[in-house]
Amino acid sequence: MEKYAIYVPRLVKKEEKFAPGHRACIGCGEALAIRQAFKALDNNVIVVNATGCAEIFSSQLPLSSWELPWIHTLFENAAAVASGIEAAYKAMRRKGIKVPENTKVVAIAGDGGTSDIGLQALSGALERGHDFTYICFDNEAYMNTGIQRSSATPFGAWTTTSPTGKKSIGQFSWKKNMPEIVAAHNIPYVATATHGYPFDLMAKVAKAVATNGPAYVHILSACPTGWRSATDTINRQVRMAVQTGMFPLYEVENGVYRMSLDIPKLRPVADYLKTQGRFRHLSDDAIARIQKRVEVEYQKLLEKAGHGSQKTTQRKSRAGAGKISA
Amino acid sequence: MVTRVGMEVSLALADAVKLTQPDVIAAYPITPQTHIVEHLAELVADGELDAEYMPVESEHSAMSACVGASAAGARTFTATSSQGLALMVEVVYVAAPMRLPIVMAVANRALSAPLSIWPDHSDMMSVRDTGWIQIITENGQQAVDNTICSFRIAEDQRVLLPVMVHLDGFTLTHVVEPIIFPEQDAVNRFLPRNRFPLPLNPDRPVAMGEFAPPFIFTETKWAQEVNLRNSKKVITQVWEEFDKAFGRKYTPVEKYHSDGAKVLIMTMGSSGETASVAIDELRDEGMNVGQIRLRLWRPFPFEELREAVKDADVLIVMDRALSFGGPGGPFASEVKAALYNQSKKPKIVSYVISLGGRDVTVSGFKDIIRKGVEIAEKGSKNEYEIYGVKE
Repeated sequence: MEKYAIYVPRLVKKEEKFAPGHRACIGCGEALAIRQAFKALDNNVIVVNATGCAEIFSSQLPLSSWELPWIHTLFENAAAVASGIEAAYKAMRRKGIKVPENTKVVAIAGDGGTSDIGLQALSGALERGHDFTYICFDNEAYMNTGIQRSSATPFGAWTTTSPTGKKSIGQFSWKKNMPEIVAAHNIPYVATATHGYPFDLMAKVAKAVATNGPAYVHILSACPTGWRSATDTINRQVRMAVQTGMFPLYEVENGVYRMSLDIPKLRPVADYLKTQGRFRHLSDDAIARIQKRVEVEYQKLLEKAGHGSQKTTQRKSRAGAGKISA
Repeated sequence: MVTRVGMEVSLALADAVKLTQPDVIAAYPITPQTHIVEHLAELVADGELDAEYMPVESEHSAMSACVGASAAGARTFTATSSQGLALMVEVVYVAAPMRLPIVMAVANRALSAPLSIWPDHSDMMSVRDTGWIQIITENGQQAVDNTICSFRIAEDQRVLLPVMVHLDGFTLTHVVEPIIFPEQDAVNRFLPRNRFPLPLNPDRPVAMGEFAPPFIFTETKWAQEVNLRNSKKVITQVWEEFDKAFGRKYTPVEKYHSDGAKVLIMTMGSSGETASVAIDELRDEGMNVGQIRLRLWRPFPFEELREAVKDADVLIVMDRALSFGGPGGPFASEVKAALYNQSKKPKIVSYVISLGGRDVTVSGFKDIIRKGVEIAEKGSKNEYEIYGVKE
């Protein structure tokens, strides 16, 4: 990554679609990921924002951080609203009503708005095949309301509604595998990304939006406030999530799985867990359980991507804009 | 050349929607709204209507899709009923303050539990504070005409509010009635293309639906209220223009033999026509009785109502919904509120009737009117009467 430092300003657009001055917490990974995602796009985008952190910190009457047309209505319906906009443009264009050509619709939501309350609306919109992109900015809990657990909260994590205690390890269930649920809809493009790998993120968002039909990008976004972690290490944290296999980066393009990153050997999950206060209470046994689960899940993913055992495989990074080095 | 055709009202309403040339229809099936959306899906499938028909996965998404489509500048329609309206109510609340001119037909039906697919007004009463314009129809012709008028009202730049067209489930949606269909050209002249002022458009970015802190929230709500109140003038104008173009006139409060009548029965919806027959028969028997039919539920036509009842001694108000633990039916409540501060006011008797589709016949209405007059004279310890209940 270091070698890119001097080139970065030349590799990304200078223009900001998500303007500074918003009210995100210090070290907000979601704000960074949103900035990256929309830098990857042109101005022909309509943004549909579900209720959540991003909506709150980017909007307050009469101000806005958005340089794009933007609509927020409710928590669980971003995909449905986006599908309505897409249908409207389709109908109006067909009927000869003047609307801008090549307009793209991008819905953004948090992990709660996606994998919990918004799951039905998302599934419906994917199944109907609307030409839109849905981006889930996953910070692994309801951070906007004060760090309550969602179905995307990882096993063992402390949150205010999965507190640790004599009879509680914290989050009692395993993180819902949202990208796989979306992939099961057989849509043309599904990807995972994180702001710790910005070029990979931007390439995937650009590809998703260019896709004809529904596309989904699941972006791990660090939340120092909710993760109980240092605000100046967010990129290191999410990169560690990738390198430990807790949050693998991959794409599913027309049903074909492809790993985005060459990881000859996964780092131990403890390297990730120990940087965050939300996992501080975990015993060695609990960490070993998580380690085992991560290895099993990672192996399943590798097999889907046509790779054998990760321990024996030495792969080259794929070529193209998504090229990244660990 | 206008022709009358015998037709199921749901199909007629769908054909009226077709005449308005909507761009997007998003709907989820629920009895007794189904025939409306089925026919629209057919019209789109046959290429007779150029629109996107979105068969969404819930009413919540139906209204959400309508919100998105309308915000993008499309002419947008949906239809629902009962539980469907209840499920979408969160989004229904959003449409009005965002000033989105969506039109929705509501096939009025009771709310669970117990489950009932039959008509009453408990669904429409549950959304009376959502800021939508609510128009009530009594027969198929009114449903057709007001569907067309609703788009004109909703999209008027002075209004820009969503409109519900209410028609009672089954007793209206599933009956065959003679309908006069306006010609397409005449509808095109009456209803120009939707020109939503600031749609979601990359050429002119706008932010819609931002959150409002306390320093500005009250102002947004007051603006919404002033806007809805002022819409009544436009609604009346649109009805007058509809009369000029098509020869059928609607008013917020409609009168039937009410001038000079000392006893007035007040109705909403399809049972009003049955009540009218009872009025005819009672008048033949020498009783000085008339009828007021409410056409506009929101914005509530206070002035028109006061004017219409000013000579009456007794008002018997019919409600097809129950406000549990409250003062009686919602309609009677509103009528009482409208008249309380008047120096001269009639006695008001509140009747809750026809819940979950139970019929009240002509003789039933005659019975109610006679009993209502008796209650007005002698008084009652009840806040309201519930007609025909087996206790």
